[in-house]
Amino acid sequence: MGAVLRLPTDHDAGELVRSRLAGFVRNLRDNGFLVGLSETRDALKIIAGPDASRVSLLRPAFRALFCARPSDWERFDDIFNAYWLGHGMKSVVHVSGEPPKASTSLRKSGDGAPSLGKPGTPDRTERGEGKEHDNPADGRGRREGASTTDSLEKTDFRHIADPEQMEEAHRLAERLSREMRARLTRRERARRSGPRLDLRRTIHRSIATGGTPMELVHRHRMDKPLRLVVLLDASGSMSLYSSVFLRFMHGVVDHFREAEAFLFHTRLVHVSDALREKDAARAVDRMSLMAQGVGGGTKIGESLKTFNTWHAKRVITSRTAVMIVSDGYDTGEPEALANEMRALRRRCRRIIWLNPMIGWDNYSPEARGMQAAMPYIDLFAPAHNLESLQALEPYLARI
Amino acid sequence: MLASHRMTMTLIPRDAISDRLAATGYVADRELATALWLMESLGRPLLLEGEAGVGKTEVAKALATMRGTNLIRLQCYEGLDRNAALYEWNYQRQLLAIKAREGDDAASVEDLIFSEKFLLERPLLASIRQERAPVLLIDEVDRADEEFEAFLLELLSDFQVSIPELGTIAAKSIPFVILTSNGTRELSDALRRRCLYHYVEFPDVDREARILMARLPGIDTSLALQIAAMVGAIRKEALRKTPGVAETLDWAAALVGIGLKDLHADPEAVHDTLMCLVKTAEDKSRMTPEVTNRLLGKVA
Repeated sequence: MGAVLRLPTDHDAGELVRSRLAGFVRNLRDNGFLVGLSETRDALKIIAGPDASRVSLLRPAFRALFCARPSDWERFDDIFNAYWLGHGMKSVVHVSGEPPKASTSLRKSGDGAPSLGKPGTPDRTERGEGKEHDNPADGRGRREGASTTDSLEKTDFRHIADPEQMEEAHRLAERLSREMRARLTRRERARRSGPRLDLRRTIHRSIATGGTPMELVHRHRMDKPLRLVVLLDASGSMSLYSSVFLRFMHGVVDHFREAEAFLFHTRLVHVSDALREKDAARAVDRMSLMAQGVGGGTKIGESLKTFNTWHAKRVITSRTAVMIVSDGYDTGEPEALANEMRALRRRCRRIIWLNPMIGWDNYSPEARGMQAAMPYIDLFAPAHNLESLQALEPYLARI
Repeated sequence: MLASHRMTMTLIPRDAISDRLAATGYVADRELATALWLMESLGRPLLLEGEAGVGKTEVAKALATMRGTNLIRLQCYEGLDRNAALYEWNYQRQLLAIKAREGDDAASVEDLIFSEKFLLERPLLASIRQERAPVLLIDEVDRADEEFEAFLLELLSDFQVSIPELGTIAAKSIPFVILTSNGTRELSDALRRRCLYHYVEFPDVDREARILMARLPGIDTSLALQIAAMVGAIRKEALRKTPGVAETLDWAAALVGIGLKDLHADPEAVHDTLMCLVKTAEDKSRMTPEVTNRLLGKVA
């Protein structure tokens, strides 16, 4: 390739662009773009070509090269303008969840870019309490607490007052989601013994017996794991529960290979990306900010409608289970909720509705929204303590 | 050495790409033309994403036509494995050959039945064994499994295939690879990085009208603009299934077929032919004559 596009050393415009390319690449990386050495090398080739002289030619070329996903595609223009044309960049925020490297990126990429914004600055506030448990994935130190754990599993999340206990509950929720995933996979492997014949191998082995296939070789096919979509009600009436479920969701998104998560209160928010943050406490903090609804009430029907219209096509396949975590108190019309539940039911494999209130004494699902949704639910289960979450696992394994 | 094969082909100047694509009936915007040009000069595959119906597959077809080369298509699906994508042995012939040579030396029989003669090419193998670099379309790569994606990544960087019984087969020519994805599954970062990227959006009114005129040479400019505007308005309605470019073409062909020159002349005919665009019962019930008239009102 290099034979065609040679790198001129005496090209003025190219030289200028080249000297600032490293800063641009760093800028993109700070914004979560996937840019490696080979991309930088190819960018140099582009600059060496006839494109370096005009921005209108350089932009689409860089765009095709550096973007890797729809979100990159949308943000590219802002970042490009800010860096090369010196326009302000207000809306570009750091979303990848990496620790901020703002100071270095600002200093280095600022060589000659007068009004560069702060691309590396995260939209996150560090909270004191989040720092203490930096390593939730570390499994050690839990076993000593077995006896407290036992009782904790049965305690209604409402009644956990002690922050330490709450933290313990969070960790349990997260571990549970992880174990669930691991067990699901193992089970599938053991269960299937291939019904299909592997012709390639069978014939290979039949040569020794003169073409008579004495020894049949089967093909073992592993089932693809379940895809899980979680919709969590983050409204006021659920506030006592939502922090635990956020933690549970974080574990689920992290460990199911294919999982998507949404929050809803008066509207629906897609939170999978935020949940992919490795540090659980930090992810949950970010979530909590998103969970703060605007105004009161819960619009389950409307949120589901948004989901069906905009997200369902993308996130739901035939082996998707949808898990809705809500108390069913809907301030919208029950008919609307029923319609959307029907539409959702047609698309996905199973709908699981977890309702923390089932765990309360003498509760019956009388909320109008709950009534409307009931006919479309495959599993209606309590979710007020960790034990009830654990009880879900065998069901998920059967789907 | 591999790169030199590509070099024997003429490198089309970037400015010419749009024109030559248009000549094949594909109206590309500048960004796409640039991406197609970079594919060749950088030797990278191109990943196209976008909603169903925006014409991702058409890009590959147009590229093949433009270059006067073959289009080899691999449709991905859940459970697609290397056998189905790469090569397969012709088992029936193998069995016959073994039977016919019963009693022969086992080693010689083995050599025979695992030779080229018994090899069935599947799209990926076929694409690297062409004399003239073809366009390889890997359609809906997000439907295939992660394992397959990893294998694909390996193939796309080495362009050689190893068949245990035959040895390694190196590429005769490096295909132009176009991958499409509908986003049913998140693709791996490695694959995304390997590829150039282009997000295909529904064409705006002007471009859709030009597409109509390129594909339906008999159509009036004013009618094409009206149709494009109408479809644009319908896409803004919250339908279960948003009509794609192919549907627009069908509808335009239907309207031309019944001899309509102006959408406002016969709103009833417009409504009656909407089945070319609207394809679920639910959407159909939503597109009442009143809605059609309201949308028609927006069309100049």
